[in-house]
Order: sequence, then C-alpha cells, then structure tokens
Amino acid sequence: MDARIFQELRSIVGARGLVSSPEELHTYECDGLTNFRVMPLAVLLPSDTQQVQAIVRVCHRERIPFVARGSGTGLSGGALPVNNGVVISLARMNRILEVDLPNARVIVEPGVINLDVTGRVQPHAYFYAPDPSSQSVCSIGGNVAENSGGAHCLKYGFTTTHVLGLEVVLPDGSLVNLGGKSLDMPGYDLMGVFVGSEGTLGIATKVTLRIVKRPECTRTLLAAFDGTNEAGAAVSDIIAAGMLPAAIEMMDNLAIQAAEAAVHPNYPDCGGLLLVELDGPVAEVESLMRDVDEICRKNGAWEVRLAQTDTERILVWKGRKAAFAAMGRISPNYIVQDGVIPRTALPRVMSEIARLSKATGIRVANVFHAGDGNLHPLVLYDRRIAGQEQSAESLSYRILELCLEAGGSITGEHGVGEEKKRMMSKMFSEPDLDTMQRVRCAFDPLQLSNPTKVFPTPRLCGEKPGEYVAHPLEAAGIAERY
Amino acid sequence: MTTFSTAMLKTSSLEENLRAIVGAQNLRVASASDAVSGVFPQFVAEPDDEKQLATALSMANEAGIAVVPRGGATKLDWGNPPKKADLILSTARLNRIVEHAWADLTVTVEAGCILQSLQNTLAQHGQRLAFDTLWPERATIGGVLSTNDSGALRLRFGALRDLIIGVTIALPDGTLASSGGKVVKNVAGYDLPKLVTGAFGTLGVITRAVFRLHPLPHAAKSFSFTAETFTAVQQHILAIQDSQLAHTSLQIRCAAGELPGADILFEATDAGLAAQESQLSKLLGSTRLEQFSETIWNARQDLWNSPTNNTLLAKISLLPTDIAKTLDSLQSLGDSRKVNWQIVLQATGIGMLRLEAEPTQLVGAVEQLRTQLQSRDGALLILRRPQELLSLDAWGNAGDGVPLMRAVKGQLDPKNTLNPGRFVGSI
Repeated sequence: MDARIFQELRSIVGARGLVSSPEELHTYECDGLTNFRVMPLAVLLPSDTQQVQAIVRVCHRERIPFVARGSGTGLSGGALPVNNGVVISLARMNRILEVDLPNARVIVEPGVINLDVTGRVQPHAYFYAPDPSSQSVCSIGGNVAENSGGAHCLKYGFTTTHVLGLEVVLPDGSLVNLGGKSLDMPGYDLMGVFVGSEGTLGIATKVTLRIVKRPECTRTLLAAFDGTNEAGAAVSDIIAAGMLPAAIEMMDNLAIQAAEAAVHPNYPDCGGLLLVELDGPVAEVESLMRDVDEICRKNGAWEVRLAQTDTERILVWKGRKAAFAAMGRISPNYIVQDGVIPRTALPRVMSEIARLSKATGIRVANVFHAGDGNLHPLVLYDRRIAGQEQSAESLSYRILELCLEAGGSITGEHGVGEEKKRMMSKMFSEPDLDTMQRVRCAFDPLQLSNPTKVFPTPRLCGEKPGEYVAHPLEAAGIAERY
Repeated sequence: MTTFSTAMLKTSSLEENLRAIVGAQNLRVASASDAVSGVFPQFVAEPDDEKQLATALSMANEAGIAVVPRGGATKLDWGNPPKKADLILSTARLNRIVEHAWADLTVTVEAGCILQSLQNTLAQHGQRLAFDTLWPERATIGGVLSTNDSGALRLRFGALRDLIIGVTIALPDGTLASSGGKVVKNVAGYDLPKLVTGAFGTLGVITRAVFRLHPLPHAAKSFSFTAETFTAVQQHILAIQDSQLAHTSLQIRCAAGELPGADILFEATDAGLAAQESQLSKLLGSTRLEQFSETIWNARQDLWNSPTNNTLLAKISLLPTDIAKTLDSLQSLGDSRKVNWQIVLQATGIGMLRLEAEPTQLVGAVEQLRTQLQSRDGALLILRRPQELLSLDAWGNAGDGVPLMRAVKGQLDPKNTLNPGRFVGSI
C-alpha cells in the first residue's frame, strides 16, 4: 500500500489500531472457514463510528476494497480478506449503549458478543433470542451480516426478526440510519435488506435489538430412535399436531459418538436422536410435552428422557452445540454444510446422502435443525490421504445440489460468503441475481464493500455504452464483464 | 380536486400491443371508479399470469406512461396521490394458490389472491397465515404486502415482513425476479421479500409470494378491562408485556371523553387458557377482567366505518412507554382544536387513529401530533384524508435514508414508471 495512504489510515486509528506486520496479519487471513486464506494489506481497528467513516472515506477515494470483520467465527468465508484490500475489525466497538427494558430494546455496537446481550438483561428475565452455536464468541455485527439463526429460531425467528434499527456506514463513508426504535419507520425496509447482506452493503456501527421475556418454563426431551427416518416421522407428527416447539434438533449415530467423545452429554447410543424443547406457561408446556412423549413412542422411540434439572438441560444442549467442534475427535478434517430442505424431503435426502457416502467412502455425520429442515451434514475426511479433500468437497457440493433438487436452499444460516457463491447460480436464475446486484449498486456503486462475496459474478454498476474503459475491479482481477 | 393525467397513451399501437398481450376482454378503458386519489387513469389491464403482467409493464415503461399496480383496491388511496396514473395493472386474475405444502407449513400464492380465500384453504389443514389485515374478504396478498398493513396478531407472530419467505416481482424493464425461496430458513442472497413489503408498489409489481404458516390455535379466549387513566392503562400494558404471560394480542381502545380500555387474546390448550386467565387476574389486581367475544379484534377495522368529509385516518408508530403521553396529546388536541378522536393501539406500538374535524383543524392536529411523535422516535402516516387535504404529505420525515431509497428506486425503476410520487421523499 502507498505509504501516504498507510500514514493517513494510521492517523485515523492510531498506531495501536493498525495491524500491518505479516505475522500479526496471519490472524486475519481467514475466518471460521479455514480452507480459504488471503492476506490483507492491513487490519484497522476503529473504536467509534467516526473512525469507521474516516477509514471508509479513504478506501472510497483510493478505491481500496474493504472487508468488515466481527469475531471471525463465520463458516462461509464472509470475513475472508480480499486481495489488495484491508480488513476493518469492529472488535473494539463493543459497548452496550442502551438498555431499555420497558420497551424491550437494547442498543449495541457491532463488536458486542451475542451472549453478552443476554448476560446484561438476564437479571430482569429477558434474553436475546438468536442463538448461533458460536454465541459465546460471535459478535452482533457478524450476526447482522449473516442473519444468524440458531436452534431456537424455529420459534423465535432469525437475527432479522430481532433487529429494529441500524446505523450504517455506507461504502462512500456517509452515515445512514435504517429502521429505528419504533416499528414501521417511513420508507423502504432497507434494514431488512442489509441484515444478511454479508458485508456487501456497508458496515453496521450501531444495532438496535429487540429482547424477549424469558418464558415461565422450558422443558427439554430426548428421544432415541433406531434411525433418522423414525425420528423424522416423529417431527412431522409433532408439527402436524399443531405445536411450535422452541427447538427440534436431530443427530445421527456418528454425531452422537463425536459429541459423547467431546463433552459426555450422556446421550443414548442410537441411530437417530431427537431433542425437543418446549417453552411457555407451565400448564401449557406440561400438557404438550405429554403429547410429544406419546408421539415419539408411537414412532418407535425406545427411550424417552425429560431433562429433570437445569443442569441436565444445559448438558443436553452442550452436546448439541459442541457437535461441530467434536468432529475433531473422530476425524482429522471435516466440512460443515448448511443446506435446507422442506422437512418432508428429509427421508429421501438422508437416504441419498447415505448412498453417496457409501459410494465414495467418505463418512458423513448429520446434525440438524429438524424443525425447519436445516441440515448440517459434516463431511469427514483426512487431508493427508491423497484426493480425499477433493472427494469430500465434491460430496459436500453434491449434498447442496440435493437440497436444491428438493426445493430447498444452499444455506440456512451460515451465509454464502466465498464458499458457496458458485452455487448461487444453481439456486437463482440470472435475472434473480441481477436484481439483487442492482440493489447492491444503489448501496455500493464502486463495489468496495466485501466485493468478491455472495455473487458468482460481480455486476458493474452504472455501465453506459461507449468506449470501453476497464473498471478498477476488472483491472484488479476481481470482477469480469458478462 | 380532480387531476387528469397529462400523458395520454401516446400511440394506439401501445393499446393494441397491450390488448395482444392480455387479450381484448382484459384491457378496458378506465372508468371514474378506477381513479386513484383523484387522478384518472386511461386503461385497466388484467393479465392472467406473471409473464403477461411483466410484458405489459415493460410496454408501459417503454412508452413512458405511469403504472399503478392494483389488488383489491381497498387501500388504493393510502400514501400520496400519484403524480401520474395512466395504466392500472390489476392482479385480479393472478389469484391462484400455487402450492400449500401443509406438512412443511408453507404456502406459495399469487399476488391477486384474496386473504380470506387463502385463509379458508389453509384452514382445511388446520393452518393459517398468522396475520390479520383490514377487509380480508377483499384485500389481496399483493396489496397487504405493498402497504405493510398489520393487525393485532403482529405482537406474537410479527408483521408480513417476518412471515414472507419468498417473492417474485416484475420490474418495469420486464424482468421477473425471485428471491428468498420455499423454505423457512434461508439466507442465500439479499432479502428482497422485505424490500418490496411496504414499498407501495414503487419498486416492482409483486406477482407471487411464499409464506411460512402457523397452526390454528387449539382454543382462544379474549378478555377486556378498563383503566381509570391513560397512565394506568400504559402501566397495565407494560406490566403484561413484562410478565411471563403468553398472550397473542394486546391492544388499547380509546376515544375522546372515554376511559381507555384494553383487550388481550390468549391462544392455547384448554389447560393453558385457564392458567393464563388466573395469572392475568392476579397481575391486574383490583382491575376487573371481563371475557369478551372475539369481535373486539375488529375494532381497528371499525374505525374505518362511515367516513365523512371531515374524517382522517392515520397509522402511528410509537414506543410503548409513550402510550400515555400520546393519549394525553390526543386529549389536548381534542380540546384545543375541536377534534374528535378514536384510537386502537397495539402493544407493539402500532396504532390506527381516526380524527374527525374541519379540514383546517385536521391539518394542524396532524402536524402537531406528527411533530410530537417524531421527536420521540415515532411516526405518523396518513392513510385516508378529505379530498381538500390531498396535498398534505402522507409520510412525514423519512430520515437520512431518503437518498439511499432514491438510489434503490433508480436502480429498479429508473424511468419512475411505478406509482410515481406516492412514496416518501417524492419517490
């Protein structure tokens, strides 16, 4: 980077807010998806909105692409740096600015950790509902970028349901407020568009969240089945009975083994484990839990356990939430996928995954949000064995194709990022993608904000017929015309 | 006030082309009843499918005439009057329920489908779109999405923005674009279903939508109570919201010179209902609780009955802690400006307000109330007003996002073909 620009950026964030030595930059070369790595030119750690604006203005003037980063726990490469770009880390903007209990609103900076929001309001029996498995480390800014979900979004909704207002630094450095503390502020729901845009529309610097009153009681049931088909049939019957559980999770035998090895949740050793959580008023929950118990047994559950204490309940969840990391206990390497299917397609898709696994010799463990059909197949492989990584990658993409063939989606909560952008044109037609990119052009005509993510081919904005002049993105090899 | 559209359909060839696309019987000369806030269009086209609709829209766009999308026309006068309205593009014949995947709790439906007919179909499998709109027997999916109408069920289930999971829109250049999908959980690509929800048909014409569904409740009970003061009713609302009651809806009803009342809806199993009722009674202390019929939830719609030349209706947004202050403001407006008022306010902070006064008094009252609401993070949107107040801005301050909104409009509808002038910031 030009020394003059480097100096200018340092003068904005101070020497301690700038990371530029190669050894320190390695920390930022990838996010939770570690098989993609790019070294950024520099990492900037602003401490307030004005600094973010000042950095982005420099980037805009100098046409330097930038990538915003929260805690770096994303699983699709959304915070992967781009070539010749800088990373703007929001980790230092981690203050909870306002807690308004009577209106059930909390205003935070983007670097605040998800679980810390709940931590702050818990004494008053409130919680922040979106609960990605990484909630003890992931940031609200990252959750906003990815529209994070979690096990309880079946009942409570995703990040987008719980974000009411955003302060955003646009890619030209200007500041805009979207939404607000009250509902239905006049104008387009640009906040709704921003949430889940994976850092491609700007940087959120302040987030107004909705918090939820903790229900009177929460009950968690474990049911052991011979296989995932039987467990899946029980899920369908629970939904058909008109219930909306707080969460319904399923694990297959391989996933159970891994969880047992890692955190000893004392799961029954079975082919399909179902975890059903109901919450609400005691009388209601207890009456519905009896129905769930009956439905599970009717569908072949040979063991049904109700967590008796909070400690038991927490242990049950610990096993589930540790499932990804636990794969390290049974396989040196693994790929986590995030496809979604209509729940009714579960038996068909699961048996096809099993068939593919057998045919390729690549093991697949299955952990998923069964209530909403969000699969998390974990494709296990050993990098040291020649060709296995490629086989595992192609199997994992094949699983996403299966999801699409079943009428589903390539991602339920992890985002498209770098990893799945080539799958976007299988899920959407060219006019669909072009329309989304037109919206992007309104926010970021120069395509500086996380420019290489989400879309398979960036669209150049404001193209006019005339003499051909290479766009800066083309010249940098980032974009191509189509 | 009557404004005739300045742009006459320029050539008879456009008319011929439209006729060729939608069929002769589905293109007609507009009548007086097709007027949009006093602006008279020339033609009404009723395409039979989304491809026809997109083609007709692109022809109009090419010819430089203004298009007003129309569903059941129940809320066609909401927002500002259009600057131009040449062609009404009706979704009346796009009224099919494409797929009710009941076991997956989703439905795909065309934009012209009437809400009530959708609900009837869903009910056959014990499900519903958990959403209550005004005039469900006439309002269409596309219309309620575009106007972002919401009722009492919003407290529990969210607004349409929270229930819509996929959308297809026709853009003025003829593009038919889909985003979202058919599964509840999906973060692939931008969330354009939210962008077009509440956009008043200014970005594209919604041709179909996909929603997540909820089961119909096992049983339901509604209760009402009256409070002595505005402060007391606010305290009750905040206390209920801060409790562990699992209510579905909670609203305040109030009118000039009357004590404020509140209604609460529980949907649960029979065992659950009994427990909820007793907890509510305990929470309210000496305030007497009465069971009420579910017709109480029509109160919002009843505000629209028999409007006169002096009637103005508005949607207001406020924070729940400003309920009492807002009711106080209404009371003093009533006294100082001789305005008769009635309000139905949800615990979400969204309210429907009816004002009755001489038009000159209405202007002052709306401006005063809007200023107060805006100063406390709120908003006021005029929905219906007397003819002579059509020039009054319906939206109020839309904040610093307006340039960005214009940029989005410029990308999707660069020739300003759709509903010109109806939205915020003259969009």
